[in-house]
Amino acid sequence: MTAQAQLDPEQTETMTVREAIRQALREEMERDEDVYIMGEDVGLFGGVLEVTGDLFEEFGEERVRDTPIAEAGFMGAATGAAATGTRPVVELMFSDFMGVSMEQIMNQMAKMRYMFGGKTEMPVTVRTTEGGGMGAASQHSGTVHAWIAHFPGLKAVAPGTAASAKGLTKAAIRSDDPVFVFENKMIYEQKGSVPTDEDFTVPIGEASIEQEGDDVTVVATQRLVGESLDVAETLDGDVDVEVIDARSLYPLDTDTIVESVEKTGRLVVADESPLSYGIHAEVAARAQEEAFFSLDAPIQRVGTPDTHMPFSPPLEQEVLPDGDEVQHAIERIT
Amino acid sequence: MADYTLATDDGRLEALRRMLLIREFDTTAGEYFADGEIPGFVHLYIGEEAVGVGACAALDPDDYIASTHRGHGHCIAKGLDPELMMAELFGKQDGYCNGKGGSMHIADVDSGMLGANGIVGAGPPMATGAALTIDYKDLDKVALGFLGDGAVAQGQVHEAINMASTWDLPAVFLVENNQYGEATPVEKQHNVENLSDTAQAYDIPGVTVDGMDVTAVAEAVEEARKRARAGDGPTLIEAETYRYRGHYEGDEQPYRTKEEIEQWQERDAIESFKQRLIDRGELTESEFEELQSEVEETIADAVDYAQDADMPDPSEAYEDMFGEPVPEIEQFAARPRADGGTRGGDTR
Repeated sequence: MTAQAQLDPEQTETMTVREAIRQALREEMERDEDVYIMGEDVGLFGGVLEVTGDLFEEFGEERVRDTPIAEAGFMGAATGAAATGTRPVVELMFSDFMGVSMEQIMNQMAKMRYMFGGKTEMPVTVRTTEGGGMGAASQHSGTVHAWIAHFPGLKAVAPGTAASAKGLTKAAIRSDDPVFVFENKMIYEQKGSVPTDEDFTVPIGEASIEQEGDDVTVVATQRLVGESLDVAETLDGDVDVEVIDARSLYPLDTDTIVESVEKTGRLVVADESPLSYGIHAEVAARAQEEAFFSLDAPIQRVGTPDTHMPFSPPLEQEVLPDGDEVQHAIERIT
Repeated sequence: MADYTLATDDGRLEALRRMLLIREFDTTAGEYFADGEIPGFVHLYIGEEAVGVGACAALDPDDYIASTHRGHGHCIAKGLDPELMMAELFGKQDGYCNGKGGSMHIADVDSGMLGANGIVGAGPPMATGAALTIDYKDLDKVALGFLGDGAVAQGQVHEAINMASTWDLPAVFLVENNQYGEATPVEKQHNVENLSDTAQAYDIPGVTVDGMDVTAVAEAVEEARKRARAGDGPTLIEAETYRYRGHYEGDEQPYRTKEEIEQWQERDAIESFKQRLIDRGELTESEFEELQSEVEETIADAVDYAQDADMPDPSEAYEDMFGEPVPEIEQFAARPRADGGTRGGDTR
C-alpha cells in the first residue's frame, strides 16, 4: 500500500508522532470502555516522555492507572486482565526494562493462547520507547524490538510516521493478540499528516511505500524512515530511491518488500538495532528467498554495531545509524 | 455460593468425593506416566487434596483461580472434567487444550481456571490481573492465586501481592507449603518462621492454617473471600501440607526420609476428614466404600476416554497462535515435507 493512497488531505490534520499516539489512545478509550492504560507515571505525571499527557484528567485514575515500579508484576497483571476480558494498554517506560518483565511476556502472554488450545484471547497492547540520541546511556536507549519479533506468539510494530503511529496503535488496541508498539523516542516531535477518521487503522502486517522509486529499495523503520526519505530527496535525479516503512516487524509484509526488490534489484535495510541476528537479517533472508534472481547487488544493512549505547555525545553519534549511512549504503550498490 | 460448601452435609460429602477423585486421578496418572502412556512429566498433588478442595469449597463457581505446575488437584476441586483432563495428559485432541498444553498447562478459562503453570510464581500476577478485571468491571467475583512455598521467594510474587494490596483488589493468595521447594526444604529457602509472615510487608492479613484439614482451609479462604469482596484487599494464607510423592514422578527424593513421609501420612487429610464425617454420623464405612468405588469408576472411565480419543492431527501444530493468523506460520505449514508429503497432512 502506498502512503499517498491512504491519505486524503481533506481528512487529515498535521500533528506530531506523540500527539498521534495520544489521539489513538483517546479515541480507543472513548470507543471501548474495556480499554485502559497502565504503567509507571502515566497518570497525573503524563508519562515520562509525555505521551499519555492529559488523558488522566479526561479518563481518571481507573483508566489511566499508575503502577508500582514493578515491570514483571504489571506485565503479569495485564496478561491476567487480558485473559479475563479487559483490554489493557501497558506503557513500559523504556524498552530496556523489558528484561525485568520478560518472564511474563515470554512464558505467559505469548504462550497462553497456544498452550490452552486457542481457548483464550490475549488483547493486550504494550507500548514502549526505544532508541538512542538523548544521551540516556546504555540502560535507557536500547532497541530491542527484534527480541519480540523473534518470539512466537507476539506481534511487533514500529511506526516511522505520525500516521502509522496512530493507525498502528489503534490496530494494536483493537487486536485480540498481544501487540508491542515500539516508539522511537527521537521522533515524538516529528510532524506528519494524520487521518482524522476515528476508524482509521493501519493493518498489522502491512508495510507502506512512503516514496516510490525504481533504482533501489530502502526498507526502513522508525526514525530511519524519515532520514531515508530525506536521502531519497537528496539523491533525486541521480538515484531513484523507493522507501518502504516496514511498520510491522512481525508479521512482516514480505510481499510488498519482495515486489519492490523485484522492481529495483537492490535492497538496503535500515533499522536502529544491533546488526547481528536481527531485523536486517530477516528482511535480507526473505528478500533472497523470494527475489534472489532479481537482486543485482549484495543486500546492505544499516544498523548499530553490536555495542551498547554509549553515553557521551560523540560516542553515541558514532554508533547511531543515520541518513548518511543510508546514503553510503545506497551508493555502494548503485 | 459454591457448588459445594462445607456448611452442609451434602457439601461435605462432595468435598470428600473431590478429595478422593484427586487422589485417584493422580495415582492413576502416575501409573500411566510410569508405563510411558503419558508423555512429558507430571507433578502429583497426592497428600495436598485438602488445600485445593478446601479453597474451592469457599469460592463461588464464577471465581477465578490461577494454578501451579502441581495443578490437577486445583482443576478437580474447581470442577473440571476428569475425562478432558486425562485426555489432555495423554496428549489427545479432546483434551482441555487440544493436546497443546499437557499436565502443566491445563486450563479452562470459562470455568474460571486460568491455567496450571510451568513457571514457579507466575500464578499470583495472573490472579492480580484477574482481580483487576473484576475490580474494573465491578463483578461479584474474586481471584485466588495458588502458589507453592518455593514461589514465595520469587520476585514477581512480591510484585503481584504488593500491587493487589496497594489497589485493594479482590484477590486471595494461597501458599501451599508442602515443605519442599522442588528438592530443597522450605527452611533453606526462606528466613521467616511462617510464610504468611510476609503479609506484614503488604499490611494485609497473613494466616497459617493446617493444610491437612479441609475445614480449616475452607474457613480461611471464606474469610479472605469476604474481605476481598468487601473491597478490603487480599489475604495471604499459608496452608501447611505435604506431598506424598516426589517433586515430579521419578524424583528419587534423597532429601527426605521414609519416616517423615509416614509421619505426615498419619495425619492424612482424606482419612481424617472421612473419620470426622463418620464420627458425626454423616457417613458410614460402607457409604465410604461406595463413594470410593464410584470415584475409581469415574477415573477408569476417564482413562478409557483418554485412550480412545484421537491424537491431534499434525496440522493442529500450526493453529491457535493468534486470533488473527500470520502468513509466516501459514507459509511454513504449506511447505512440502522432506518425504514428499505435505506438512500437517497424512504422515506422522
